[in-house]
Amino acid sequence: MPPDARPLRLCVRRQAGADGRAARVWVRVPSEVAAIEEAVEVLTRHCLAGAPSSASVRFRLQTALAEALANAVLRGNQSDLRKGVHVAVELETDVVRVHVGDEGDGFDPSRMLQRQPVADADGGRGLLLLHALADALQYNERGNALCMTLRRR
Amino acid sequence: MDLIQTRAEDVLVVRAGGQLNVTNRHELKDLVSVALDAGDRKFVLDFTGTGYIDSSGLGALVTLAKKVRESGGDVQLAGLNADLRHLFALTKLDTLFRIAGSSDEALAAF
Repeated sequence: MPPDARPLRLCVRRQAGADGRAARVWVRVPSEVAAIEEAVEVLTRHCLAGAPSSASVRFRLQTALAEALANAVLRGNQSDLRKGVHVAVELETDVVRVHVGDEGDGFDPSRMLQRQPVADADGGRGLLLLHALADALQYNERGNALCMTLRRR
Repeated sequence: MDLIQTRAEDVLVVRAGGQLNVTNRHELKDLVSVALDAGDRKFVLDFTGTGYIDSSGLGALVTLAKKVRESGGDVQLAGLNADLRHLFALTKLDTLFRIAGSSDEALAAF
């Protein structure tokens, strides 16, 4: 490998839409913090491809993706490199549905959301942000996968 | 994240370009820590060139602001666009920081 080449950390697969079906994109992200920013960039590019999106739409999408991936890597998989974060994207004309799943034990999001934000706390704002940024957000029963819907134009 | 430092009298202005997130939040905290050790007490953090800030980045701002204030200094924020301002309001961080429209306005307010 040339000295300046970086190993490919993300595994991306794309299926073009046809006959009215939504295009789909799958990305496997390794459980390391260093991969998150690149994953956000790649996913944003796919999510907004062909859509005349505003800066605000891009901001909401990037921030929500960064938040969901950080939760999955740090809290879900606890940075265990043997585990992956699995992202599936469904592209509709006006919205994008992003599924983010990890291989952790899951958590109870309703309990976390009952907490009131404390202005000077060092952490604890992630879920609040996710719920505010996404137009719809659902978790699976186990609490280790979510599906968020965001506008893409 | 690109961090560019300039000085206006006794105020250190740090312009943050790129994203402030879980990957790089320590860079900004470390920069302010080093400046505190060197005697700086007044800081303006300018986010005009920043794309997004995730919850880890927001947490880093809270931590560094506490540290600066414990040392008798202050931090002002500048250049937040409408989306970032919304994020700060949502998380109540707008009650924790003085937020100016631009670095120049922040400097004038010190």
